[in-house]
Amino acid sequence: MSQVHASPHALTSRTTSQIMGMVLLALTPATLAGFWQFGWGAFLFWCVCVFSCVFFEALCLRWAGKRALPVLWDGSAVLTGWLMAMSMPPWAPWWIGVLASACAIVLAKQVFGGLGCNLFNPAMVGRTLVLVSFPVQMTQWVSPQALAQGTDFAQAFSQIFLASGVPDAFTSASLLGHVKTELGRGVDMFDALRDFLPWASSINGARAGSLGETSALLILGGGLFLVAKRIIGLRIPIGFMLGLGVPALIANAVAPESFLPASTHILSGGAMLGAFFIATDYVTSPSAPAGQWAFALGCGLITWLIRTWGGYPEGVGFAVLIMNALTPLLDMWRPRIFGRSFTGKSLPARRVGSV
Amino acid sequence: MSSIVIPPLRKLLQRWGVHPDSHKFPACGLSIEQAGFPDLLTVPLSQHVGAAARPVVAVGDYVLRGQLIAEAGGNISAPVHAPTSGTVVAIAEAAMPHPSGLPDMAIHIKPDGRDEWVTLQTEHYPINLAGEEIARRVAAAGIVGMGGATFPSAVKLALGAKSKITTLILNGSECEPYLSCDDRLMQEHADGIIEGARLILKATGATRVLVGIEDNKPEAITAMKIAAKPFPEVGVAKVPSRYPMGADRQLIQTLTGIEAPADGRAADVGVVVHNVGTAYAVHRALRYGEPLTERVITVAGGAVREPRNLWARIGTPLSYLFERCGGLVSSPARVIVGGPMMGIGVPSFEAPVVKGASGALALTAAEVGEREPSACIRCSSCVSACPVGLMPLEMASLINANELGKADEIGLGDCLTCGACGFVCPSRIPLVQYFYHAKGELSAMNRDKKRLDNIKVLTDARSERIEREKREKAEMHARRKAERDRAAAEAAQKRNSETAS
Repeated sequence: MSQVHASPHALTSRTTSQIMGMVLLALTPATLAGFWQFGWGAFLFWCVCVFSCVFFEALCLRWAGKRALPVLWDGSAVLTGWLMAMSMPPWAPWWIGVLASACAIVLAKQVFGGLGCNLFNPAMVGRTLVLVSFPVQMTQWVSPQALAQGTDFAQAFSQIFLASGVPDAFTSASLLGHVKTELGRGVDMFDALRDFLPWASSINGARAGSLGETSALLILGGGLFLVAKRIIGLRIPIGFMLGLGVPALIANAVAPESFLPASTHILSGGAMLGAFFIATDYVTSPSAPAGQWAFALGCGLITWLIRTWGGYPEGVGFAVLIMNALTPLLDMWRPRIFGRSFTGKSLPARRVGSV
Repeated sequence: MSSIVIPPLRKLLQRWGVHPDSHKFPACGLSIEQAGFPDLLTVPLSQHVGAAARPVVAVGDYVLRGQLIAEAGGNISAPVHAPTSGTVVAIAEAAMPHPSGLPDMAIHIKPDGRDEWVTLQTEHYPINLAGEEIARRVAAAGIVGMGGATFPSAVKLALGAKSKITTLILNGSECEPYLSCDDRLMQEHADGIIEGARLILKATGATRVLVGIEDNKPEAITAMKIAAKPFPEVGVAKVPSRYPMGADRQLIQTLTGIEAPADGRAADVGVVVHNVGTAYAVHRALRYGEPLTERVITVAGGAVREPRNLWARIGTPLSYLFERCGGLVSSPARVIVGGPMMGIGVPSFEAPVVKGASGALALTAAEVGEREPSACIRCSSCVSACPVGLMPLEMASLINANELGKADEIGLGDCLTCGACGFVCPSRIPLVQYFYHAKGELSAMNRDKKRLDNIKVLTDARSERIEREKREKAEMHARRKAERDRAAAEAAQKRNSETAS
């Protein structure tokens, strides 16, 4: 009490670890649904990602001469690993997960100075680097239930840690990948989409893809939970949906035979995960409202551009990384200060009229 | 006109502010009690914005309650009166509720227990007084802004006469957690507050009063509406409960929809804001002639056994107030004068109640929630909380890098130091401390710059003077030499003519 303290002398109870914990909680339903759809392999790969992220974080902190434990408790490394596991093929070999974790934590986060200093979303850096380096392993999507039924823990373990890839019999293309291939072969959109029922499968996640892609509605539920808890705002998710949905809607209305409908765009691939969990990452998104809108619309639009004309069937990761690079620029778009115009000039004195 | 409905659309557009836990109970449910007086009152000389008051009593003098003990020390200053009858035992330094934690001068009075008033000039119809006379008596009563700003009220009244005020806003929002002194005052003395408001109205020449009260004080709103009923010029409005609703510009905007210019004053838009406690003090000063010698203070906090509101004499030590409220249940982590959001942490229990002290809080460690700061995760909670539209995270990182000028460019000067950003920060970064530091450094830099400029002016003047003196000396020499030469020539001529004759 003898010390002099600056105000305020009251604080919210919410801490960084609680925020991260809440995000992890919001991811849990979709993750569990994914485990159920894709079996033990998905669980093992998730473990690989989470543990290696924590390991690399601890290693870097030790190198930097900091105490690792208090920083690890903020939960950000766990979240990075978790998000990465949710955006990669569930049965990918273990070394893919370790490599992605190393890239994410060491290259994208700690080299920049640790939590709060990184320019790019670590999970997306990790995922994207292994995607462009090992495209084969990173596009082997297992069919739902194909491996969950009939494989026990030991088989899954040997598959993830010893084998080099999933046998072709168990794999199938993701919706976006399938559509891209079919369109490339000259098949029109209606035929390409014949086998897919986006609305039905987006609820229980019974389709090929990563953990965070298949059950779009569980991801949406988790995201809305975060909104309700005021962990994230609605600007970035809504902006993302608009940026993706509006061009898709227009293009689909003009030429339905060659453009995916907007609902399919939003409910498939990593759109939901990207809108609610990845683009909303505090550190790598702008902090002021105007910048947040621009950022989110940009993410959505670039996702649509890549999905429609790019070389990859899915573009959320690239879109987020590109917009991350623009974040420092968008952050210069500051809110209007009370009593000043947007240019910073003092407002003219409008007099209060007497009654 | 007795109530004003605020359009709901504006509520949606206003996204600033925070909602701290109110902690107003149980103090706000109990009536105000007299605190009584302790063995020794320490009455500070500087309880207001502006110059400190000058003592007009000497050690050993016997003073009556309400007697002038220190006169105003300048144009912006306020006199100080004896809080009770007794003997002046010392005029010396004492612990103060000041952000610096440093002691300051105070008049120490030993009460004699009789609490005898000086002769008071009562007025049955104070509203009939002229505006200048009201302002003069408010100044003489030593009234300052009772909400905590402690700006001398009479100066504000005079300002009103100069800048064509149309609206007087009474600030009854009391947005700080824990505090309920204004709430209780409005419930118990609504008539007095309304009279005070009408007197201020008369002194400023405004035509209407708007009382803004946060919607978490329904009893106060009802009491004030009843008291305001006979007066068509007085309106009572409910404002949303949100911190910092009590900041003057935010309240003006909420009540009138007008945004005061950042580089101007509230008076520029024709508004002057006074606290409800100030209005009540004005009423006491004019109707009963009583100078400001006591105020309502909320004694609360987790470490206080029986929190409640007290009428405390100016100069009462906090320790006495805590004793009066059943003592402390545990050793508090911080003792605060004012509210938890903007109040001052005091280094000693002996710090006295001052005119602007709305609360005496003894907070436990759990309430303060103090923790080691961690890295900023750029969550932008502070950006949404800021009532002014600043980016506290960016300002703090600039200040951290010692880029004070850049921090100033992006709005440090507009910061109210309300603490909303520090309150919401999940990383516990002491943002307000950064801003205080930077503001202090910048004003020191400005002062230094001014001093350097002054020095430059003086040196220039000196070298010019030396130059001039040198020139004058040389001229004088030349003149003298010329005179001497002329004299010599004349003498020689004379001699010549003498020899010639």
